[in-house]
Amino acid sequence: MEAGMVTPEPALVRFSGIQKTYDGEHLVVKNLDLDIRKGEFITLLGPSGSGKTTTLMMLAGFEVPTQGEIYLAGRPIKNMPPHKRDIGMVFQNYALFPHLTIAENIAFPLSVRNTSKADVQERVGSALRMIKMETLAHRRPGQLSGGQQQRVALARALVFNPQLVLMDEPLGALDKRLREQMQLEIKQLHETMGITVVYVTHDQSEALTMSDRIAVFNDGIVQQIDKPDALYEHPVNSFVAHFIGENNVLSGTVETVDKVYCRVALAGGGGTVTARAINVSGAGASTSLSVRPERIAIVPDGAASDGPNRLPAKVQNTIYLGDHALAVLDVAGNAEFMVKLPPGAHDSLSHGADVFVTFRPEDCLALDPV
Amino acid sequence: MTTASVTGADAKPAVSLRRRLKQAERARQLKALALVAPLLVFLLFTFAGPIAGMLWRAVDDREVRQVLPQTVAALAGWDGKDLPNEDAFAALASDILAARAAGTIAIAAKRLNYALNGFRTILTSTARNLKAVPERGAAKETLGKINAAWRERATWTTIKDAGGPLTGFYLLSALDLTRNVDGAIIAAPPDQAIYREVFTRTFVISLSVTVLCLMLGFPVAYLLATLPPARSNLLMIFVLLPFWTSLLVRTCAWIVLLQSKGVVNDSLQWLGIIDQPLRLIYNRFGVCVAMTHVLLPFMILPLYSSMKAISPAYMRAAASLGAPPVTAFLRIYLPQTLPGIGAGSLLVFILALGYYITPALVGGAADQMISYFIALYTTETANWGLASALGALLLLATLLLALVYGKLVQGQQVTGGIKN
Repeated sequence: MEAGMVTPEPALVRFSGIQKTYDGEHLVVKNLDLDIRKGEFITLLGPSGSGKTTTLMMLAGFEVPTQGEIYLAGRPIKNMPPHKRDIGMVFQNYALFPHLTIAENIAFPLSVRNTSKADVQERVGSALRMIKMETLAHRRPGQLSGGQQQRVALARALVFNPQLVLMDEPLGALDKRLREQMQLEIKQLHETMGITVVYVTHDQSEALTMSDRIAVFNDGIVQQIDKPDALYEHPVNSFVAHFIGENNVLSGTVETVDKVYCRVALAGGGGTVTARAINVSGAGASTSLSVRPERIAIVPDGAASDGPNRLPAKVQNTIYLGDHALAVLDVAGNAEFMVKLPPGAHDSLSHGADVFVTFRPEDCLALDPV
Repeated sequence: MTTASVTGADAKPAVSLRRRLKQAERARQLKALALVAPLLVFLLFTFAGPIAGMLWRAVDDREVRQVLPQTVAALAGWDGKDLPNEDAFAALASDILAARAAGTIAIAAKRLNYALNGFRTILTSTARNLKAVPERGAAKETLGKINAAWRERATWTTIKDAGGPLTGFYLLSALDLTRNVDGAIIAAPPDQAIYREVFTRTFVISLSVTVLCLMLGFPVAYLLATLPPARSNLLMIFVLLPFWTSLLVRTCAWIVLLQSKGVVNDSLQWLGIIDQPLRLIYNRFGVCVAMTHVLLPFMILPLYSSMKAISPAYMRAAASLGAPPVTAFLRIYLPQTLPGIGAGSLLVFILALGYYITPALVGGAADQMISYFIALYTTETANWGLASALGALLLLATLLLALVYGKLVQGQQVTGGIKN
């Protein structure tokens, strides 16, 4: 899934065969092909060192690809200096200029473009109104809270109507509540202004909340590009399944494969289950099964249940989390097998009790071995 | 339970709480004081004390009063418009005889000679020729006969002015000012008016050295702040190496390099660029070169620390917002280095103001700075009053500069808002 989807409209940004190495030995980005459509909100998601930030920096012009070419609106930009690219950027720590006021910060991209004074004033005014900070125009960045600085950085990156806006983990320094509020604000800005946003984060819930599409990076390779729900429901490999959302892993060996489903014998004689064959090479291959915690039911010992996937389990622990509860079970050698329960349901589970877990074959994905 | 205990604490008078806080704080304050006490005492005796003493000497004027006490007392009521009355002459005659016996004539003569050239001769000749206390009413005539100067008003105003116990004489001299016979402040005669020029020269040299240091230091500091740590540490050693070498050694090294048969002139002649050796030393050029070299680290280090604090993200942000490199540098980078430029410039300028050894060794007669004259008056002519007055003015100028800088930096911090 390295290639982006083919769309009738030409892509605004196209990464073509991009490679990047810093030391001449290890590739930080290995052969990246990625199309970004005009007007979409795309998130580059991955753990640190996966190449997502390097990709963003190459697009912004602060890093030069070792190989390949980047096109912006059809023009190659590999050797174009950053200040000519017309790309707005929001930095991790906002990078607001500490010696300038909020208004001067927002006016900066306009004044370097020799915009007329009246025009600057008008656009800065409307930008300040957009972020609801008209009254703070003459403060310095150091006198603002993190959330306010974030809004100013956003306004500064948008005020000159760039054809593309890059955001490098812009919410990383904020607390949880503010972060969630800002996610919605950024999303709303994206929708009302129709801008194209490339967003980098390592926070999967942030990516799921905001993005039209998510590119999951690992080890310098885009593992999967898709809509948030598709990534969650149809991960193409174990990494994506594990990185997006909670996930239980059971390892086993494929016994039989038909078109859609396969039969897998669990390691350690834990029994056999039927799973959707997503990323298995054939009978006899080892595989990792992925099951989401909310797709599993716990049935008491001895109770009858239909369906092919019914595994014995031992209750290790239960955790109460307010809106839901988690049961931690030992299933087929996995001692951290999580099951999501409605609140209150955990009361009936006593520690050490023997129970059974059941799940539908379509909720169990057979993926590449971890 | 909790509520009850809170109410209980509130019920106690607030004073006792305040007192208890004070008691708790006192122990800590005493401990802190005990920790700094040794240094405080040391500084008091070696720094604050001598400076206060020096400032006092700039206005202290008790030599004449001690040697000629009756004369000074007799002149206290004199209006200075005519010659003083007979009593003053009689007092002077009696004072001179007493001073001759005590052998203290020279002390008063030296002080009076600063104010009026030739006073030493007047006083010593009078002391030599005055045989005995003149008869009642004949003192004026007797003294007038011994030395005609006693018939002049200026001679007497000089004694009155030097009568102390405090005087503005030295401070006025240090500003090329003096008092005329009528006590008005006027410009000093041209042959004595040198200090304004010396002060100007001191400031011009210091300013040139500061500008040179800034021009040479800024790029180096930038390089230091932006290189990867391993290489910047190596470069930092090269910056600090001269810092750790003795000032005298470095100044002498410049003499070896710059003298007419020195390395620089020999090389230029060998290359055929010049025929005659250039005069590179014992002039302003040599002074500026050597002082810049010595003071450069004091510029580089504050610049480096201010540049180190500037996140590279600012320049990236400026570029992404459309600023070409030069614009980004001028509008984003440079303003943020201003505190460093200010600190480095002030440090270099203030240090340069007090420079003595380097100009003395590599400068010509026209390149000697104020410290040279302070040293001269302290060690050679023992005119401590003038040396102290010059020192006091230098100290005042330096304090004013530090004050101005403090205001500037404070303004920066209030408005500059260092990022979180």
